[in-house]
Amino acid sequence: MKIHEYQGKEILRQFGVPTPLGVACLSVDEAVAAAQQLGGALWVVKAQIHAGGRGKGGGVKVARSIDEVRNAAQQILGMHLVTHQTGKDGQVVRRLLVEEGAQISTEYYLGMVIDRSAQRVALLASSEGGMEIEQVASHNPEKIHTLRIDPVAGLTAEDAARAAHEIGIPDTAKGEAVKLMQDLYRCFVDKDAMLAEINPLVLTADGRVLALDAKFNFDSNALYRHPEIIAMRDLDEEDPAEIEASKFDLSYISLDGDIGCLVNGAGLAMATMDIIKLYGGNPANFLDVGGGADKEKVTEAFKLMLKNPNLKAILVNIFGGIMKCDVIAEGVVAAAREVHLKVPLVVRLEGTNVELGKKILAESGLPIISGNDMADAAQKVVDAARSA
Amino acid sequence: MSILIDKNTRVMTQGMTGKVGQFHTVNCKAYANGAECFVAGVTPNKGGQSFEDIPIYNSVAEARAQTGATVSVIYVPPPYAAVAIDEAVEADLDLVICITEGIPVHDMLRTRYRMRGKRTMLIGPNCPGLITPDEIKIGIMPGHIHRKGRIGVVSRSGTLTYEAVGQLTALGLGQSSCVGIGGDPINGLKHLDVMKLFNDDPGTDAVIMVGEIGGSDEEDCARWIRGNMNKPVVGFIAGVTAPPGKRMGHAGAIISGGQGGADAKLAVMEECGIHITRNPAEMGRVMQRVLKGG
Repeated sequence: MKIHEYQGKEILRQFGVPTPLGVACLSVDEAVAAAQQLGGALWVVKAQIHAGGRGKGGGVKVARSIDEVRNAAQQILGMHLVTHQTGKDGQVVRRLLVEEGAQISTEYYLGMVIDRSAQRVALLASSEGGMEIEQVASHNPEKIHTLRIDPVAGLTAEDAARAAHEIGIPDTAKGEAVKLMQDLYRCFVDKDAMLAEINPLVLTADGRVLALDAKFNFDSNALYRHPEIIAMRDLDEEDPAEIEASKFDLSYISLDGDIGCLVNGAGLAMATMDIIKLYGGNPANFLDVGGGADKEKVTEAFKLMLKNPNLKAILVNIFGGIMKCDVIAEGVVAAAREVHLKVPLVVRLEGTNVELGKKILAESGLPIISGNDMADAAQKVVDAARSA
Repeated sequence: MSILIDKNTRVMTQGMTGKVGQFHTVNCKAYANGAECFVAGVTPNKGGQSFEDIPIYNSVAEARAQTGATVSVIYVPPPYAAVAIDEAVEADLDLVICITEGIPVHDMLRTRYRMRGKRTMLIGPNCPGLITPDEIKIGIMPGHIHRKGRIGVVSRSGTLTYEAVGQLTALGLGQSSCVGIGGDPINGLKHLDVMKLFNDDPGTDAVIMVGEIGGSDEEDCARWIRGNMNKPVVGFIAGVTAPPGKRMGHAGAIISGGQGGADAKLAVMEECGIHITRNPAEMGRVMQRVLKGG
């Protein structure tokens, strides 16, 4: 689960990581009031959306007067901010963070991720602050200092000091940098983070280290023990279809094609999207109904897919294990009736009680196209979408 | 022959008395030699009771001492599942299979750290389990789609494994063992570990390896195969069409920072001599062709 920068900074401050003072705002007036309250002569007005790359897209502006704060807030609030992470339509900016400006001397990158192959938390530090770390990794991998952290010892002062030295943080700021890295690690573990990024981490003109940005992604499997993080969820930043799906415990992701897919199991769901593409079609979504789908879940899944105005056909691909094909077939028939299905529907059933399932579909009187196997079903749904 | 488990394996079930544990225990017990294989359940504070004539013990150590079971399968709910793995590792079991989906990643990091230097092998979490057809089934897969034979199957996903197995069985190609290693980023045995076991198993002639986007396990396995595997391998990777940055159901299935994409994985696998297919409906047929020397 992702959160906004201003929320990430709140969390960082709780763990002792220094950040600039700032105020989250929902309007231009609030932004102006925030700048006046913060005082000083330099402010930064930052769009709060969940995607990265905001600066390049025009979502971050430096202001040297209250008028400039007002202008920046007017420009950014409500804009469709397009970054490399938002897709071409961008994300509407509904919130701003107005912060006191910092006199930056040097920018660095500091990140923490779960390293799957080492099965450790990895600290990534680089002298290339403010850049996308993916770019640095592909062009200048030697400029990334990576450290895998022992879960029992934690991030030791020695290791943190070496990381600080490697990326060029001067000795005068080493103590602060070490403390910041250790605080960030404590935060990462305590809050069940999957990713934490401070980009840039800066050395100020007066020699302090400061987290100028904060990006977090939390483990959704661990949210049950973090109500304080659940409270930070911003539904405006999420796809309405995906929010709706999560209410019914369906795993759904919108894609830009026109063939809806309803599948049990994440791997098979991805493979179903792949075969549709392979046969010349375009999947409209990823949809995993999980292992325990019943009639209600299948109906909700159909409703979700049908909300997509581009939808031309639907492929149901079920390999029944725990889930019995007859139960799924009943769900599909009930759902097709309830939603008055207008687009062609191809159903492929395999596994437990498959004959019973096929019989239910055949006797339903609905124009359901039966797929004999995965290839046959994919071909039929691609053909159906093409002629629709 | 087979890998990891056969009809002589003795299994305890951690979390047997929950709804999920009960359901799958009944099914596993009914499969092939299940009645002899599933000898114990473990649920704290329910020791002395029984379920389906299987005695329940308070701890893994006690279940092992009383029944001789050296393999455990875990259906414990996510908040307690990592601790259940720890207990099985402490009891020095041979193999632990964790079916539970949704264990926090940091819990698994700590559990994997505690497993260092221990002999216990872990499969999963978030996996369907494993099966040696006509001998024993440990997990949630539908037993009836399998057929005894000489093809090994290793996969990160559940139903996509069934798809591969279903295709093999339909073509008359039976399986030696089928292993679902799970869809989580931090897990036990990887493709590579299972591949080595299949390579050493005289009962396995060839292997189907099913992967997914995310991580680099498939690439690691492929590179080992190039220099070491003396049996043909057929490979498929799900998620060619998955957009970057999105978690496709499995916590492990996410392309991040340009790493873990399906095309890159397939390219490495092909380079390493694996017979890849981009069509998930063709896994069985490609294997059939490879076995015929085509």
